[in-house]
Amino acid sequence: MAISRWLADRIVGAEIHDTIDRLPKVLGSFGFDPWGYNRSTAKLSLAGAGWLFDHYFRVRVEGLEHIPPTGRVMMVPNHSGQLPLDGVMLGVAMARNRAGPRAPRAMIERFFPTVPFLGNFMNGLGAVVGDPVNCGAMLEHEEAIIVFPEGIRGSGKVWHKRYQLQRFGTGFMHLAMRHRTPIVPVGIVGCEETMPSFSDLKPLARPLGLPYIPLGPLLPLPARVSLHIGEPLRFDNDCEHEHDIAPRIEQVKSEIRKLIRRGLEQRQSIYR
Amino acid sequence: MSASRIKPKTILVTGAGGSLARRVMARLMDRHQVIAVDFRRKVQTDAQIPSYQVDLSKRRFEDIFRDHPIDGVIHLGRILTNEYSRFRRYNDNVLGTRRLFDLAEKYNVGKVVVHSTHFVYGADAYNPAPLYETAPLKASELTMDLVDAVELENLAQIYLWRNPKLHITILRPCNIVGPGVRNSMSRLLSRRLAPALLGFSPIMQFLHVEDMADAVVAAFERRGKGIFNVAPNDWVAYQDFLRACDCRVLPLPSLPPALPRRIAERMGWSSFPPYLINFFKYPVVLDGNSFAKAYRWTPQYSLSDISAYYRSKKHRTADA
Repeated sequence: MAISRWLADRIVGAEIHDTIDRLPKVLGSFGFDPWGYNRSTAKLSLAGAGWLFDHYFRVRVEGLEHIPPTGRVMMVPNHSGQLPLDGVMLGVAMARNRAGPRAPRAMIERFFPTVPFLGNFMNGLGAVVGDPVNCGAMLEHEEAIIVFPEGIRGSGKVWHKRYQLQRFGTGFMHLAMRHRTPIVPVGIVGCEETMPSFSDLKPLARPLGLPYIPLGPLLPLPARVSLHIGEPLRFDNDCEHEHDIAPRIEQVKSEIRKLIRRGLEQRQSIYR
Repeated sequence: MSASRIKPKTILVTGAGGSLARRVMARLMDRHQVIAVDFRRKVQTDAQIPSYQVDLSKRRFEDIFRDHPIDGVIHLGRILTNEYSRFRRYNDNVLGTRRLFDLAEKYNVGKVVVHSTHFVYGADAYNPAPLYETAPLKASELTMDLVDAVELENLAQIYLWRNPKLHITILRPCNIVGPGVRNSMSRLLSRRLAPALLGFSPIMQFLHVEDMADAVVAAFERRGKGIFNVAPNDWVAYQDFLRACDCRVLPLPSLPPALPRRIAERMGWSSFPPYLINFFKYPVVLDGNSFAKAYRWTPQYSLSDISAYYRSKKHRTADA
């Protein structure tokens, strides 16, 4: 606590204070929400992630105008890069959006809460275990949620599968339909190259309770990242059978593929 | 509902020696006949309140039903998680409650309010937030020491379904704290040095004992039955609340998971028992909106009021 206060005094500037304080959020009397979000951690993480956004990954963003400034929304990007840096970069872009900043709420893997410090820190900046109850309750609170329907299949994939969308879970579509939530597709380019994995050391990962251990660089490489945000997609809650969901998911995947393709076409170099 | 419109009833209150029961009885005694029961001791009460020391599982307990025309039961009496052995807790909390329900059925009691606990949900890393009343009760899956809490609930639910005339209302409150409360959380907040797991500070909810007393009375006097969480729409991280209560945090190593449990066992802290360790690691956040809406209940005490109480308590002790 003392360390985070000391850090905050040094790295959180007036602009970050202003950005986070302006985010539309209902908090309790001690500044927490039911999922553990609190402004101090959000400010600290925006300061740190903002530096990575500006100076390390030099993120380019297009389509910010497609994020609704208020009300529930589900951001659905492709997932890559072993670490959830893609979610972090998208979160920074959403929080800093001048047209209507949003507090990003990322749905994260279930093992995070079991990791000391990291679990609480991620909750503090707005991330929550990807559980349908959490997601549904947040949408009813008019939150802006980041969902990676590929899960670890996307983040943990190896180099030769880069930019290939892996199987999408169907939960996000059910939730979006049930809670009348627009889905905003996002194509993220560059995160694949931040931590290329040439193999997954599964036998080592299992006993450690980790989803995967990539064979690759130990730290993220400074690849340039670009975020391509598409127009919102709306789906009525009128599917009677599970097989009616598949074409809708395919529609979302197809939009994301288009956005990824656009990003790859615009990219002139991986690291510049 | 105004007091003048409520028909006076004869109400048996168990656990009468506890701080919650005393507050509940004080609220009810003006408009109802209250009967106090406690298994620990004969509770000193006002002259108009008959008081009995009796174990619910003993035959003598039925005499109270024979001697008084009991209309309603408020079952607050239970052995807390920091008291006695697991087996004693099971006998008194589960088998004693079964006998209470049997007698309530036999003597045509029209309303039963049962005080349960948020512990029944279990503290699990995958717990979503908030937990609605329909969430699975995982406590017994996580630790045998909370089996009695889950069994008591199961029992109450069986009677709730089997005999609708009992009008059973089960209340699952979050951490009840405040003056006179002697549960593990209240003891912890009263300490100058309170243990916490390194790297874990789960979100918690706290309910002032006066607010809980209001909730129990509302559940008894207003129509309705069912299972309800009782919790405010306010949240705080455990370690932040410790600091707000002027507790210094004693960090315990959290890995491997067995280590803090061993330390708690060795230290013999009744306020931080090994089987509750996970509640200091993972959040159990309740949605209390159904109860608040159904019984038009709003907590009056804020987290700041609660922390101010524990701060002043420490200063009073220091001055003394």
